[in-house]
Amino acid sequence: MKEAVTLIPMPGSAQAMIEQIEHEAHTNIKSCYQCGKCSAGCPVAFAMDYPPRQIIRLLQLDLVEEALKADSIWVCASCETCSARCPRNVDIASLMDAMRRKALAEGKVTDKKVAAFNEGFLGGVKNFGRSFEAGILLYHNLKTGQLFKDMELGLPMMQRGKVEVLPHKIKGSAQVKAIFDRVDKMGGE
Amino acid sequence: MEIGYYPGCSGGGSGVEYKLSTLKTAEMFGIKLRELEDWNCCGATSAHNTNKLLSLALPARNLAIMEKMNLDTLLAPCAACYNRHRAVEVETKNDEALREKIQQAIDMEFSARTTTISILEWLVRDVGIEAIQNKVEKPLKGMKAACYYGCLLVRPTAHTGFDDPEQPNTMDQVMTALGAQAVDWPYKTECCGAALATSRPDIGSKIIYEVIRNAKDAGAECIVTACPLCMLNLDMRQAKVAKTMGVKLDMPIYYITEMVALAGGYTPNEIGVPRHFVEAMGYLNSLPEKAAALAAEEEAQKPKKAAKAAVSPGAGQADGAAEPAVDAEAVQKKIEAMLKGIQKSPDKIAARLIEDPERAKVLAELMAHDEKKSLKIAELMVTDKDKATKVADAFVTGELKKRDKA
Ligand code: SF4
Ligand code: SF4
Repeated sequence: MKEAVTLIPMPGSAQAMIEQIEHEAHTNIKSCYQCGKCSAGCPVAFAMDYPPRQIIRLLQLDLVEEALKADSIWVCASCETCSARCPRNVDIASLMDAMRRKALAEGKVTDKKVAAFNEGFLGGVKNFGRSFEAGILLYHNLKTGQLFKDMELGLPMMQRGKVEVLPHKIKGSAQVKAIFDRVDKMGGE
Repeated sequence: MEIGYYPGCSGGGSGVEYKLSTLKTAEMFGIKLRELEDWNCCGATSAHNTNKLLSLALPARNLAIMEKMNLDTLLAPCAACYNRHRAVEVETKNDEALREKIQQAIDMEFSARTTTISILEWLVRDVGIEAIQNKVEKPLKGMKAACYYGCLLVRPTAHTGFDDPEQPNTMDQVMTALGAQAVDWPYKTECCGAALATSRPDIGSKIIYEVIRNAKDAGAECIVTACPLCMLNLDMRQAKVAKTMGVKLDMPIYYITEMVALAGGYTPNEIGVPRHFVEAMGYLNSLPEKAAALAAEEEAQKPKKAAKAAVSPGAGQADGAAEPAVDAEAVQKKIEAMLKGIQKSPDKIAARLIEDPERAKVLAELMAHDEKKSLKIAELMVTDKDKATKVADAFVTGELKKRDKA
């Protein structure tokens, strides 16, 4: 058998990007033998353009751009069912995570709603140290232009004493803010 | 006994009943919960969707505070908080470089020596089933509950591992110890849709509906959860989901700690049951009646079973039916009559089972030719009409596929 030749992928090329995603996700897409067990158990496969198995296939074929643009990565609920069941130990959920972060970093977010939710959630944590449910809903609605979404929750929640009227600011909120800043500088993982 | 306690952000908002009932449960067993000083949000899914280091650093600050307070064990009732703190512990255990990096990010000393536990681990392993049983003052007899674990208590398997990821049963054990019946159902570890209900309600509603429908189909009259996000989706969003799907659901949802506290003698008001969105008091109030009916039924079964055993010793196993022989004969007669009805006019019976005229026609044709299938349908029409409809539907789907191929 001939010695395998290791080609060094061009920076910025599809292979380089896939390797980076695999590295972040601590998993190897070449292990996947396309059995489809991940797609069978995925609770949101019905709403995906490419179910989990096909996302892996796209990556195996170096079609990383296509994968990053897929609705699937934003529909994924991070339920981890796929990873728990994969007979080949491919950590699909972790790949989905890594791809979401990649899409964010590259400004390729196709589903602004999920990203808006995350942004609203983390914004509260950064400023107050805790998340603030009422604030997240409000932010999400403003950001996505759906002013009256989830209205059926608001009033009953207040009547039942389930809403904190003001966010609780922890004493160490400055420390938490500093963690956000340091992490930003350190560049992720 | 004293352990660390992390209420999580929902404890002050949507999950207030979870907090109240957790505190009462601890009180019941004489366990002191020491709240972490000045804890911060774990970042939940939003952090690890955005930045991996951030998703580790946020819980790590809490764990570092815990080390300062000299605590080893942290109880995190919220399944998501439990999962995120656990992730940090597991990932840093054998990765010195990562621990250092996190230390640098939080600018605190962090030696990664704590253990975060979930509410189920706490109840089953630390408190213990026997101790729970001993504290039951008001058994939940008559209750039929679907124990719902969802995702984060059992996955990722590397982080959790205190229960079987596909067939967990710790919550079932607790509910049984409290006197309730835990039904077998397939959706124990299915996802509730998490934040999708907010960000993509079109998808979220379907997922929530499927979980509730599955519990109903399995005969459950309520769902029990150990996760405030599952509660938010199943309880607070249930009315909207029912409306979207055009069905009636009315399925009360409870926290596992509410169940423990109630069985332990606390009142529903003390733990916040009236604050649920789906009416949850009525079902609790109906339990004594259900329990009495159950007891009467058991009583009635006893002499019959004994009599049967006396008539045919050792033969009881094979038929396994609880019905006395006379009833079985009557049922048999009914089935035969139904079968005759099917043979005489299959289209009439088919129309009773399937609304869609075209599919009903397929069923009629199928029954006219296939005696085995007719018998199955006749049997079910007599014993379980609901199941008969489902089986008929499955038969038709199979037949149509066959025809497609041919
Ligand atoms: S379950 Fe694993 S091996 Fe099977 S298709 Fe999915 S990723 Fe590939
Ligand atoms: S983690 Fe995402 S892709 Fe995997 S099964 Fe869950 S929803 Fe589907």
